[in-house]
Amino acid sequence: MDLFNLFIRSIFIDNMIFAYFLGMCSYLAVSKNVKTAVGLGAAVIFVLVITAPLNWVIKTYILDADALIQGLDLSFLAYIMYIAVIASAVQLVEMIVEKVSPALYGALGIFLPLIAVNCSILGGSLFMAQREYGIGETFAFSLGSGIGWFLAIVAIAAIREKIQYSDIPKPLKGLGITFIITGLMGIAFMSFSGIKL
Amino acid sequence: MSTATAEQQVEKKKGEALFSKKNLRLISDPLNENNPITVQVLGICSALAVTAQVKPAFVMSLAVIFVTAASNVLISMMRNAIPSRIRIIVQLTIVATMVILVDLFLKAYVYDVSKQLSVFVGLIITNCIIMGRLEAFAMGNKVWPSLLDGIGNGIGYGAILLMVAVMRELLGSGSILGVTLLPESIYVNNNLMVVPAGALFAVGLIIWAQRAHNKYYETE
Repeated sequence: MDLFNLFIRSIFIDNMIFAYFLGMCSYLAVSKNVKTAVGLGAAVIFVLVITAPLNWVIKTYILDADALIQGLDLSFLAYIMYIAVIASAVQLVEMIVEKVSPALYGALGIFLPLIAVNCSILGGSLFMAQREYGIGETFAFSLGSGIGWFLAIVAIAAIREKIQYSDIPKPLKGLGITFIITGLMGIAFMSFSGIKL
Repeated sequence: MSTATAEQQVEKKKGEALFSKKNLRLISDPLNENNPITVQVLGICSALAVTAQVKPAFVMSLAVIFVTAASNVLISMMRNAIPSRIRIIVQLTIVATMVILVDLFLKAYVYDVSKQLSVFVGLIITNCIIMGRLEAFAMGNKVWPSLLDGIGNGIGYGAILLMVAVMRELLGSGSILGVTLLPESIYVNNNLMVVPAGALFAVGLIIWAQRAHNKYYETE
C-alpha cells in the first residue's frame, strides 16, 4: 500500500513539472502538438524506469560508504556515474526507436538525444539517492514520476493546439503564454495535495 | 623611455584585442537580446526551482557562471581532439566534474544554502544552457571567446534568476535576503508567489515585458 501511495503521490502531488520544474526545456520545446508530445512522454517514462533502479543498484553496491570495500566512500562520484548510466540508456532507447518506429524517430528528431540532458531523468536518480528509497520504492517513484511528466506534456500540448488561433498579445505568444498556462495547471494540481490513500 | 612606451602600446593593443567590440558583445548579448532563459529557452528547470528566495538564487547563479565558464574553456581547449561521435559523453563528463567541484565547495563553505538547493546543484549538469553553449559555441571557437561567452551566458541566466527571486521573495514573504521590507501590517503576503506556480507566472511576465520591449515576436 505504501508503494501504491508513493506511486500516486509522484504522479499528481510531487509532479516533476508542476512541483519541481524538472524537464522544463523539452516540455516547452516539444509541446507544440500532441503526437510528438506522446512520443517524448513515453520515451521519458521508459528511460526513467530503466535508469533510476539501475542507479539505485550502482549507488547501493558501489558508491555508498563501505559498500564495495570496507572504508571506501565513493559517493562523490555519484553525479558522474548517474549521468553516464543515463547517457548510455538514452543511446539504447534511440537505437530501439530507430529500429522499431522510424516515423516516431523522425518526429522526435533532435529531442531524443536530449533526453540525456532532460533534468527529470537525472532528477529522478538524485531524488532517489537523497530520499534514501529502497529498490521497490525507487521503481514505484520512477514509474509515477514518468507518468506524471507524460501527463503534463500531453496536457500542455493539447492546450497549445487549442490556443493556436486565440488572440493573445503578440509578445506573450508562444513561450510567455505557455508559462502562464503551466502556472495555472500547477495551481490545479495543487488541489491534489493532502490526498492520502 | 621609448621601449616603455612601446611596451605600453603593445599592452594596449593586446588589451584592445582581448576586449574588442566583438568580444564584448559575447558578454552583453546574452544579457538581453539573446538571453539564455527568455530567448533561447534554455535552463528553465533550475531557474524556477531555486528562486523562492534571493540567497539560494544568488548562490545558484554564481555556481552556474562558474560551471559554464570553466566547461566552455575546457571543451574549447580540447575541441580538436574530441571525436564528434562521442562528444556528448565527453561534454557531460567535463560538466559533471565541474559540478562535483561546485557541490563539494558549497558543502564545505555554505552548508545551509547547499542543503536548501538540494538536488538542484547536481541538476546543473543537465542545465541545457551549459550543454547548449558547449555545442553551439565552445566546439567551434577559441579559448578566450569561449570564456567570455560562458561568463556572458552565466550572467544572463543569473540576471533573470535574481529578478524572479526578488519578485517572489518580496511579494511572497515581504522580505529581501531575509530582511523584512514589507511588514504584515502594510502588505499581506501573497502565498501564491512562494508556491511553484508563482515562479511560472513571474517568468511568464518577465518574458512578456522583455519581448514587448525588444519587439521580439514568436510566429507559430
